[in-house]
Amino acid sequence: MKLIWALIRRDLTLATRQGGGAGTAIGFFVTVIVLLPLGLGPDQALLQRIAPGALWIALLLSVLLSAERIFQADYEDGSLDAMALGVVPLELVVLAKAMAHWLTTSLPLAVVAPLFGFLINLDPQDILPLWLAMILGSIFLSLLAALGAAITVALRRGGLLVSLLILPFYVPCLIFGVAASRASELVQPSLLILTALVLASFVLVPVAAAAALRAYLK
Amino acid sequence: MQKFANPARFLKLAETLLPPIWGVTILAFAAGLYMSLVTAPPDYQQGETVRIMFVHVPAAWMALMVYTSMAAASVMAAIFRHPLADMAAKAAAPIGAMFCLLALITGSLWGKPMWGAWWVWDARLTSVFVLLLLYLGYMAVWQAIEDPHRAALIARIVAIAGFINVPIVKFSVDWWNSLHQGASVFRMGGPTIDARMLWPLLIMALAYTLLFVGLLLIAMRSEIAQRKLRQLRLAGIEGR
Repeated sequence: MKLIWALIRRDLTLATRQGGGAGTAIGFFVTVIVLLPLGLGPDQALLQRIAPGALWIALLLSVLLSAERIFQADYEDGSLDAMALGVVPLELVVLAKAMAHWLTTSLPLAVVAPLFGFLINLDPQDILPLWLAMILGSIFLSLLAALGAAITVALRRGGLLVSLLILPFYVPCLIFGVAASRASELVQPSLLILTALVLASFVLVPVAAAAALRAYLK
Repeated sequence: MQKFANPARFLKLAETLLPPIWGVTILAFAAGLYMSLVTAPPDYQQGETVRIMFVHVPAAWMALMVYTSMAAASVMAAIFRHPLADMAAKAAAPIGAMFCLLALITGSLWGKPMWGAWWVWDARLTSVFVLLLLYLGYMAVWQAIEDPHRAALIARIVAIAGFINVPIVKFSVDWWNSLHQGASVFRMGGPTIDARMLWPLLIMALAYTLLFVGLLLIAMRSEIAQRKLRQLRLAGIEGR
């Protein structure tokens, strides 16, 4: 457990000292949101209707764009080999890395996302459910991003492949996330399903991602 | 199963199996198409448009079946290290993607006159579209990774992870309030479809399945030839 904390702390330190982690992702997020009214026209009623879905899609894309970095640097400089040989099972290393990614990228995004909802006329009573759903769903997004990153770790242009492979898996999170983001009777069941998705990916993703990493480390 | 781990033995088997498979495939397609286009009665609501179903439904079944066999082959490859299992999964993917595309296209051809729209975003249609994306992603993995052994290891994981979508496609019409009609053949309590329509449908399904097996054997054969070619090329470079 102490070693896992050490892994997470190492990634957090790296992310804060290098910079460009959460900040860049949030910048990308805001840009997507700003582009939306420019593309769709400034109709307030239309924007209000699509606001939760638009915020979710921007969140998915921002998380995916930063996914590549989860394992790449460690793979290139050999730290990942050392981690694979260490006492912590590779599955838990994956989990620690995914959690570090969540803390540095997805969580900050999910926390500030509803605030940028004001740019596209988000209904104020949707803010609280949207916030809850996004914070919960962002764990799932980070875990799946870690799987995508593991699958493409040694590929030179893995970014596009990650998107092609992982976006289909984001579909359930998007559907139930958006359903949970509108103040209605659907909020509670959708939040429960989101929780189920998070828990299932918590168990399955580390196994699959560790298997992929082992294939590359051989 | 382990007996056919030897590619030469597998090639011989494919050689003897292919002619009868093609023969029966042609017969089944001829009979199935005749029955579905000529002898099957028009639907009391849909009229003649119902005939699209005889092409559409088996294609959709096959899209699911091929993905399932792809995932099963990947599990086989992971557990038993069967050397042909990865090849079978790789060879099946483009065929399954074509079935999936065929189901989507015929479905939208049917949807335009019946629902008034080429495409609606409901659970069944969306999940089948996701299935097509999974096929494409799986094929992209084989394309992106140069070393075939490593590509096989990664592709296995992708195929098995994507299998989660198959039950979602199958039960999407039960779980969600879908515009797509529910199951009428493979359901608890037996089929609710009339026998005059069920038979042509089943014969078409048989024809599609045999077509898949025939194409799969050919694709695996060319895959084996390609690997041999790669080996020879590599040996040629080293020998220089």
